[in-house]
Amino acid sequence: MASSSALRADAGLRGDVGRRPAAPVRRRLVPYGFLLPAFAFYAAFMLVPIARAVQLSVYEWDGLTLGTFVGLRNYVAVFTDPALREAFVHALVLIFFFSALPVALGLVLAAVLHRGRVRGLPFFRTVVFLPQVVAMVVVAVAWRQIYAPDGSLNQALRAVGLDALARPWLGDYTWSLPAVGFVGTWASLGLVTVLLLAGMSRVPSELYEAARLDGAGGVREFFAITLPAVRGEVTVALTLTIIAALKTFDLVYVTTGGGPGTSTTVPSYEVYRRAFELGQVGMAAAVGITLMVLIFGINLVVNRVGDRSTT
Amino acid sequence: MTRTTSRWRGAIGVAAVLGLAACAPGSGSVEPDGTDDTAGAGEISTDISDVQTTLTVWDQEVRGGQNEQIERLNEAFEEQYPGVTIDRVSQSFEDLATTLRLALTDDEAPDVVQANNGRGTMGAFVEADQLLPLNEYAEAYGWYERYPASVLQYSTYSEDGAVFGEGNLYGLPQVGEVVGVFYSRSKLDELGLEVPTTWAELDAALAAAKAAGQTPLQLGNIEAWPAGHVFGPLQAEYTDPADITALGLGNEGASWTTPENEAAAAHLAGWVEQGYFNEGPNGTDYDAAWQALAAGDGVFLIGGSWLAADLEDAMGEDVGFFVPATDDGTLATTGGTGLPFAVTADTDVPDVAAAYVDFITSDEAMEIIAETGNLPVNRTGELAPDGGVQKDVFEAFGEVTTSGALLPYLDYATPTMGDTLGQSLQNLIAGQMTPAELTEALEADYGQFVGAAG
Repeated sequence: MASSSALRADAGLRGDVGRRPAAPVRRRLVPYGFLLPAFAFYAAFMLVPIARAVQLSVYEWDGLTLGTFVGLRNYVAVFTDPALREAFVHALVLIFFFSALPVALGLVLAAVLHRGRVRGLPFFRTVVFLPQVVAMVVVAVAWRQIYAPDGSLNQALRAVGLDALARPWLGDYTWSLPAVGFVGTWASLGLVTVLLLAGMSRVPSELYEAARLDGAGGVREFFAITLPAVRGEVTVALTLTIIAALKTFDLVYVTTGGGPGTSTTVPSYEVYRRAFELGQVGMAAAVGITLMVLIFGINLVVNRVGDRSTT
Repeated sequence: MTRTTSRWRGAIGVAAVLGLAACAPGSGSVEPDGTDDTAGAGEISTDISDVQTTLTVWDQEVRGGQNEQIERLNEAFEEQYPGVTIDRVSQSFEDLATTLRLALTDDEAPDVVQANNGRGTMGAFVEADQLLPLNEYAEAYGWYERYPASVLQYSTYSEDGAVFGEGNLYGLPQVGEVVGVFYSRSKLDELGLEVPTTWAELDAALAAAKAAGQTPLQLGNIEAWPAGHVFGPLQAEYTDPADITALGLGNEGASWTTPENEAAAAHLAGWVEQGYFNEGPNGTDYDAAWQALAAGDGVFLIGGSWLAADLEDAMGEDVGFFVPATDDGTLATTGGTGLPFAVTADTDVPDVAAAYVDFITSDEAMEIIAETGNLPVNRTGELAPDGGVQKDVFEAFGEVTTSGALLPYLDYATPTMGDTLGQSLQNLIAGQMTPAELTEALEADYGQFVGAAG
């Protein structure tokens, strides 16, 4: 807003000179000219496919024969089909594991690492960040081994006498979704912690000194100084991890395939399954578009709330 | 602010125009010329010695022995017909399944493709007129004599794709598959048991193994489909093969909610209750289960013939295979064929494509297929190796296809049946569903499809 009014004032001033009215117009168009190549690229590979997906979503199409126009019927089905509703609920549960939990843990971890002035901080930062570097498919394969009935998690539980807790984690109707979600927690925690550490390192140490002089302890310091200072980073972390949670595909595809029964189905997996396995391309596009709108919506709220509290 | 909105409006406008300008999905694909099924008898030819062309073949024969047999056969074909060059495009089963739809509707469609038998793949292609009916070539080349009818039904559809198992022939498979019971000889010896031949004897052996503290039956069902290969053969013990075929092929006239099907499901649920399976089959990998059997944990494993090669590598002479007989002594079990080779409707060289399909499924080709460690779909009994588990598998497949009943994979039935069956069986194994509820869930899927198709 500020920049656009400045531009207008600028144009007004030049209008006084006013002998060549074409100049400001050209001036205003030139930036768009520079934008054009990038925009054309973006349009060809992002906007056109999205528009095409929107178009597909109002057709019933098997990918082979001529599609039939069905209006919004696919979208109605997205909200009424119990299987799809279940998938969206699972995605919301995953937000807790991918976003809420890592941010809560990450805040504590980052605060401890920051305040404790740990020796070898770069080392710990690297270790914590490492899960982000590994491809999700690799992570999923590894965790599938860990969760196996005779995998290392159950072995560890049995070794300490907790035999009652050992179970086939990914085949258990209650525990498979949390088990899949926890892999997400493990993977996002590094990113979140490193982001928050960066935010905390910006806080002037004078603030902490002042707080300490006023008699604040570690906990008080955290809530009074650290937390408000890293609000922006928290917003960024939430945005990134919520997107990751909602578009989870590879993790579910590799670990459970949506099972046991339907207890770990997620929308992205339904898109793949319907488009490529069941030949319901229109329906799959409708699920995809709904998911896109949901991601946009949730992140809009997160960013609105985050922005308001910083100013 | 105003500027931002107008820019957005512009972007939305552009998107809307693009959306409207694009035509309905599917309308861009090439329409077949409609002469396919009315081609006169004089038009086809089995003599391609003068033809100069390139034949594009999409296959999924990528694993060791499969790749070797197709390479040898392609080479022999090019040698016999010097005018023909084969352009082979091979990819994994999963990749082929996801790309074939797009490939068939493309202007430059391949000439020969390997298409999965089920309604979701071959059935959908037939319905969309993308595959060439091969009836006339079958007459000319004698394919109806070469193959048992129980095998050919898996690549036969009515012209509109509505009926599976009757009508036009759309492809020929090279290899067979049969589901049966693998066992460890040394474990049976240890328990003092003979190799069972019937389901009753198998039940007795399972009970004895359990009593001796062994894992009677290995199952890795995290992928949800493996349990279907346990339920299928069990169903053959109770239900009439004709009914199973109708249910499996998704044709009208049968029902899931019968006492027989429920009894089959109850039999499986009983195995779970008796604790015959390894711990947590729903959380165990398919591969981990047979690897456990190979490593000496477990006595039996119900699975397909495709496991024989790996199990033999790991267990040598210790592994055996059998198909339990039903009460009247016949061998009835789930099985089928490898992916059939089909000819596309858009091919410019149908004669060459048909000659190729004939060549790679000929009696001589079966020898090469057997030599490279695959289970040939024809002449199986006579090409059996001298010993080992492969001998058991070859003989079982030979007997099932000639004097027994080869029953379709149950997930062929409807496009969604694979998921319904897998999820329901996982539920049954976890005790979340009763046998009656399982048959109702399967009936709902089957009934909806048959109702919609009829």
